[in-house]
Amino acid sequence: MSLRTIWRKTVNVVMLSLTGLCALIAVSALFLILGCLAWKGATSLHWSFFTQLPAPVGEIGGGIANAIVGTGKLLLLAALIGIPVGLLGAVYLAEFASSTSAFFIRYATDLLNGVPSIVIGIFAYTVIVLPMHHFSALAGGFALGVMMVPIILRSCEEFLRNVPRSLREGSMALGASKWRTIARVVIPAASSGILTAILLSLARVAGETAPLIFTAFGNQFWPHGLNQPTAALPVVIYNYALSPYDDWHRQAWAAGLVLILLVVVTNVLTRLLLQREAAGRS
Amino acid sequence: MGTVSTTAAPAPAPSRVQVFLRRVRNGDEIAHVVTMIFGASILLVTAALVYELWIQSAQSRAKFGWSFFVTSTWDPINGIFGAWPYIYGTLVTTTVALVIAVPLGLGAAIFLSELAPPKVSSSLSFVIDLLAAVPSVIYGVLAVFLLEPVMRTTIQPFLKHTLGILPIFKELFKGPAYGFGYLTAGIVLSIMTVPFIISVSREVLMAVPQDQREASLGLGATRWETTFKIVVGYARTGILGSIFLSMARALGETMAVTMVIGNVAKVSSSLFAPGYSIAAVIANEFADATSELHLSSLVELGLVLFLLTFILNGLARVMIIATSRRGAGASQR
Repeated sequence: MSLRTIWRKTVNVVMLSLTGLCALIAVSALFLILGCLAWKGATSLHWSFFTQLPAPVGEIGGGIANAIVGTGKLLLLAALIGIPVGLLGAVYLAEFASSTSAFFIRYATDLLNGVPSIVIGIFAYTVIVLPMHHFSALAGGFALGVMMVPIILRSCEEFLRNVPRSLREGSMALGASKWRTIARVVIPAASSGILTAILLSLARVAGETAPLIFTAFGNQFWPHGLNQPTAALPVVIYNYALSPYDDWHRQAWAAGLVLILLVVVTNVLTRLLLQREAAGRS
Repeated sequence: MGTVSTTAAPAPAPSRVQVFLRRVRNGDEIAHVVTMIFGASILLVTAALVYELWIQSAQSRAKFGWSFFVTSTWDPINGIFGAWPYIYGTLVTTTVALVIAVPLGLGAAIFLSELAPPKVSSSLSFVIDLLAAVPSVIYGVLAVFLLEPVMRTTIQPFLKHTLGILPIFKELFKGPAYGFGYLTAGIVLSIMTVPFIISVSREVLMAVPQDQREASLGLGATRWETTFKIVVGYARTGILGSIFLSMARALGETMAVTMVIGNVAKVSSSLFAPGYSIAAVIANEFADATSELHLSSLVELGLVLFLLTFILNGLARVMIIATSRRGAGASQR
């Protein structure tokens, strides 16, 4: 073997192993994150953490019950905006739209999808907080809802388009009108895909902090109604992590663990759901 | 009781009005209009977003003009706003993030698309997707409590005493190891952007037609030569697209950066020094902005972020689509 061949073979082995190392580093980052959160967060998790209000500054103990309820409220509001607009928008794109109007709507959706979450927060602030003159759950829910729309719309459109043509034609041939075909045949056929899209978008916005800090703002007490500032899990994590109190640091870890479990469990569940669906079809 | 007429008159072709009325009666037209309203509402929201950013930043734009971007005084009390330290911080942290994330992400993407067996590749990709789904505030918590102490006590002194001896790095690694600063923020950002580079690059690489690889291997090139010169070369536009995409993410990333960048509105050449970023100053000052001008300046920063990500995302999309099309077109031949 000539020297040059040996050199080329060595470069080959070295570089290919390096790519493997890169993949290993990237993948182990996730397990490192999960491991650290479990290790630091698990010790602070007990029942009162989920049921009590935050303790006054300086006192040990207390929980984040209000933030959990707050996040639930915000997600509900977001879903009220994100699901109808995303799903019906997707139906329009997949079934009705002409190519010009589809282009513009898709373009706007992609644009919206790329907007940094903090800018969405500014938008919610200018259209809801400024006219109302105070922070509210409504503004936070609106911001999260706007973020949900593009996520739901693009994946739902994909799932709707993947419904076989023959199903549509079969239904139309039986005399069903177009919207009946969509409502009774196409959407049910794509239902598990639509469900996963909704779940994933909820998991995604549940962890968003930036659009909430100046819309929902935060609250140490039980929020009353949708018109009040509301605590949310990610905002509490942010505030507690930057506070000078050890006990709040512990609670930030615990809340972080709760949040990451929510995200990971949703992602794994949806993947299993989609896999089972794919296996059932083939 | 009446007689039914049975004369078979030829059915007149239904007029357009009749077709329309029939469609309204069986609901098609209503469904069309209703879904169109929801679709159009997306256009409306996007337009409103741009409009609000433009209108709300009018005061600041009128008062400071272009000097807003190059002056460094940010003084809410006297109403003077110059955004250069924030823009600088955003650019520096994004650069640091890309310097780390691009080789790492590209390497991992090559491994996943070229070397790993399909099953391994798909499950590892799922892990990468999960990494992308981790909320940014969680990265912030980990960075504040775990990365920052390590940076301060170990990594920064180490860098200073090794690379820091070389001419350029001497300037970059100057000053005390502070922990919070550009470098720490950049490293956190790199971990957050790697998943985007990996998943998009992997898709683009997998769209490269198989015969390109076979031809190269058949000519006697090694696996690495084939991958690097042929496959990566073929997919380079799409890979560049994935880099732009992750750059847009890094520019707009807020929470994790806010938590570790140090929040000092100063321009420093050292990467160890604390700084500030556009997104961080919006997050910290927006809720208690003191005056309308202050708010307007913050919205203008939001507008800057919006425009930057808009351009980068647009370029990225065109590049990725162009590369995938090219791959798909070639494999059909």
